[in-house]
Amino acid sequence: MTATEIAQTSVTDLINHMATQLQQQLGETLDEAKIIGIHTGGTWIAEQLHQRLNNPNPLGELNISFYRDDFTQIGLHPQVSPSNLPFEIDGAQVILVDDVLYSGRTIRAALNEIFDYGRPAKVSLAVLVDRDERELPIRADVTGTRIQLDTDQQIKLIGPEPLTLQLQEV
Amino acid sequence: MGKNIQLDSHGRLRHFLSIEGLNRTLLTEILDTAENFVSVGNRAAKKVPLLRGKTIANLFFEPSTRTRTTFDLAEKRLSADVLNININTSATTKGETLLDTLQNLTAMQIDLFVVRHSASGAAHFIAQHVPDSVSVINAGDGRHAHPTQAMLDMFTIRKHKEDFTRLRFAIVGDVLHSRVARSQIHALNMLGCPEVRVIGPHTLSPSHVEDLGVHFTTNMEAGLDGVDVIIMLRLQNERMSGALLPSKGEYFHYYGLTEQRLKRAAADAIVMHPGPMNRGVEIESAVADSGHSVILQQVTNGIAVRMAVLSMAMQQSNPEGA
Repeated sequence: MTATEIAQTSVTDLINHMATQLQQQLGETLDEAKIIGIHTGGTWIAEQLHQRLNNPNPLGELNISFYRDDFTQIGLHPQVSPSNLPFEIDGAQVILVDDVLYSGRTIRAALNEIFDYGRPAKVSLAVLVDRDERELPIRADVTGTRIQLDTDQQIKLIGPEPLTLQLQEV
Repeated sequence: MGKNIQLDSHGRLRHFLSIEGLNRTLLTEILDTAENFVSVGNRAAKKVPLLRGKTIANLFFEPSTRTRTTFDLAEKRLSADVLNININTSATTKGETLLDTLQNLTAMQIDLFVVRHSASGAAHFIAQHVPDSVSVINAGDGRHAHPTQAMLDMFTIRKHKEDFTRLRFAIVGDVLHSRVARSQIHALNMLGCPEVRVIGPHTLSPSHVEDLGVHFTTNMEAGLDGVDVIIMLRLQNERMSGALLPSKGEYFHYYGLTEQRLKRAAADAIVMHPGPMNRGVEIESAVADSGHSVILQQVTNGIAVRMAVLSMAMQQSNPEGA
């Protein structure tokens, strides 16, 4: 995909596609599901899904800075947005939401953090963009789109209003 | 002191020895980082894996309860391995010098030292003698500085009051012996506080205290007029030599914070104390336990602020880090 094609992708359509897949996969249990977005891009997507699915539960937010495996290399990035999971994790049906799934390390960190709050019954992973080249055995249950990129390219979600995708050369 | 050894070449925190030498951006970064750590204490599993595999030694050459236990908790909540070294029973009493003790500990591959010492400058001295990859945090040195206490106070103030640049402060009591007061004054100045008043008897105030950028008064009533934050200091009996005070009773008469005197301050004023409190000497029990008091919040916040400082000091441990 070219940079222009990516920039013209409708994020709204992708989120609608994700919502449909979640409805198909979770069916009637969807109302019990707790949606958790990973800060920051994942939270934006999670908010949209939460609305589209009319999910009656409060929205969760995860800031995984303290669980990263590259902390000593890249350091802390203090943002005043601590994790907030306003519900019981024990026994919960969790939908974990992120913007881009790449190496899988963010999801690994997020899972570790969620398990520090309790033992969920099930965690499904929903991502807006799945780009290949995983470094860990992690896969998404629900995907907005799949994009193949070169290693020197990066895809970023810009938001919160409007939500657009941007291709960056690194 | 010449080169600022507290910062690395990227301007990030390497050692935390005093508020002096830092800047407003860094102080704000400490407060913002601490904000994130607060939630860790409210969880069922009060632990994050940030400093897993790091070894931290708490070297306390002077007794401490609050500071030592909150450092200990902060380190454990960051998943570091913690060594609490009781200096009274260790080799220093057998004549080993501070430097020898330090070199032996460094040989055990300690990553960070938290140091409390009765001599001013002790933490700075240690910081000058540790290898490049090792960090030092000052947990109180003599009369000089107690920077993590000052930061947890700033954090507590920020929780209750929005804007440092619109607040009036009173620091009451034994400023002469107080490393806490010195660090607080530097932090308040750096964060842009327009008015800091120091209240106390001449005998317990450093000469030229105004040079620190504060107003000094011996009149408690006038000093408290309209202030938003009252910081009470402990009367430090163990550091007093000579006749600085007639009696504790007389001190309370002139400088004790009573409910009556508290009425002088703003209606929503908060009362702080670094602990341990001498009830009935510098503060009336009714005030210490009142709705104005944020003294126990200071203790809780101390954990998050120390987690912030510890993790910020450790993030530079990899020289490749940018």
